[in-house]
Amino acid sequence: MHRALWGYVFALPWVLGLIIFWGGPILASFYFGFTEYAVIGSPRWIGAANYVKAFTADDLFWPSLGRTFTFAAAFVPAAVGGALVLAVLLNQKLKGTNLYRTIFFVPHLIPAVALAVVWTFLLQPKLGPVNLFLRNIGIENPPAWLASRDSALYSVILINVWAAMGGNTMLIFLAGLQGVPQELYEAADIDGASSWVKFRHVTLPLLTPTIFFNVVLAVIGALKVFTTAWVATKGGPSYATWFFALHIYFQAFQYFRLGYGSALAWILAAILMLFTWIQVTYSRRWVHYEGG
Amino acid sequence: MTQTTMTRTLVTPAMRLRANRVILYAVVLFLCVLFGFPLFWTLMSSLKTPAEMFAFPPPLVPAEPQWANYYNVLVIPRIPVIRWALNSTIVVVLATAGTLVTASLVAYSFARFEYRGRDALFLITLATMMLPAQVTLIPQFVLFHKLGWINTLLPLWVPYWFGGGGFAIFLMRQFFLSLPRDLDEAALIDGASFFRIFWSILLPLCKPVLATLGIITIIATWSDFLGPLIYLNSPEKFTVSVGLQFFNNSPEVGGEPMQHLLMAACILSMLPVIIIFFLGQRFFVQGIVMSGIKG
Repeated sequence: MHRALWGYVFALPWVLGLIIFWGGPILASFYFGFTEYAVIGSPRWIGAANYVKAFTADDLFWPSLGRTFTFAAAFVPAAVGGALVLAVLLNQKLKGTNLYRTIFFVPHLIPAVALAVVWTFLLQPKLGPVNLFLRNIGIENPPAWLASRDSALYSVILINVWAAMGGNTMLIFLAGLQGVPQELYEAADIDGASSWVKFRHVTLPLLTPTIFFNVVLAVIGALKVFTTAWVATKGGPSYATWFFALHIYFQAFQYFRLGYGSALAWILAAILMLFTWIQVTYSRRWVHYEGG
Repeated sequence: MTQTTMTRTLVTPAMRLRANRVILYAVVLFLCVLFGFPLFWTLMSSLKTPAEMFAFPPPLVPAEPQWANYYNVLVIPRIPVIRWALNSTIVVVLATAGTLVTASLVAYSFARFEYRGRDALFLITLATMMLPAQVTLIPQFVLFHKLGWINTLLPLWVPYWFGGGGFAIFLMRQFFLSLPRDLDEAALIDGASFFRIFWSILLPLCKPVLATLGIITIIATWSDFLGPLIYLNSPEKFTVSVGLQFFNNSPEVGGEPMQHLLMAACILSMLPVIIIFFLGQRFFVQGIVMSGIKG
């Protein structure tokens, strides 16, 4: 049998997968976005009505989008910055580094559901250890965290940052740090550079591709935030943690408005693509590739 | 000589370095507490009596560890934890097997064969990693609904037998590219078939990357929440992750406080992933380093 033909044979599972689970669904979802569809029966074409409804007649659309952006604006710098700090610490060749790395990484391994359940208890207003600690150090009225409309969004941000900081983002930074040539530090030492100057002028510029990679991934993750909010608060109290992904879920799988849900999903996809495109374009100004 | 110049002459660079070390260790220890405490607290809570859970202030460590909680959580009527664990295991094993087998086959094709459309196909593969799952979720739900697969485990593992996803293929392809081509060419001259070259020569060399991919898939499928939430609706079909939140939302079940049991259930749900991670930590970190940095 011809060699190229074997290439097709071995690629076949993926070609089928692309058609069945990606290509077909993408086309279908684009079509559903212009229909009214409730699983039972067949989709009914209604033109751009779903999109019009989203932008003009859905009370939860703009608030859930705004909330998702607030989440991303707080989560991305905190998680990526925190991961960088952890990675720099682990790169100091302290004794027990493997143990520290494991301790930082474990939160990332905890299934998102268990994570949300555990944090619901940790942040419990009266008996939760976080507030007991805060009262012990003299803060008389600690926040009610997930239980209050004012602090629920920040609590969900806190939980997600905590879980993400020591995870893959940190490992990718660690790999990046280990790729910085030692000669550069030695040269800086001869010039009498302080640790901060070395970090600012040697480490950071060489790390920009890694930072870029992590920021893009963090933005994509942040705009899709779902599980912690769903499990811990179901989007409440009074919609305080009703993120865009929750809105899609509720529309599509609780109210079975599959057409409207598809339109919302495409709006999310468009936003994600736009953000990724902006980041890629803007990155040329600050990301330095070696020899590039 | 003034006091300040005195001290300045007394602080040698070696001393400053040592002071820096002390500060670094202090920071790292603080962070370890910050990251370790929630898990420690959960573990301790899972060993408490209901009274200790609601005591004020709650004790950090139980007076007498209630190991029976771990037995009791498995036998609560109407909460079939063992059934959920079994369902999760079925999904994890079949999904991981599917990913390892099909992703390596497809990656072999991408890395070793030349045919029309290959590069375009690979580019599409990379593009699938960018698309949010939300877009394909609704039509996939319709598809599985039409197939009559809703409230079965099939939607949770069958798709993994179709290439295992963009990331898995990308990771395997990078590894195949790093293996010398002379290996397969020599075998080809000896008359081995392409499948035999793949199976008996290349795949054994892929063990480290297969382990990495296996661990990543096990963790992802064990923790997956959205899939089971959408496709499963009767409690006996649940996986652990979706069952756990059902548990959380049913304080009325059984009528007595169950928070200590819920904590035990949380620990049980984390255990498999944490064990897998510890067993394969070396491969896992390597794999992330390999895939994350060399693009």
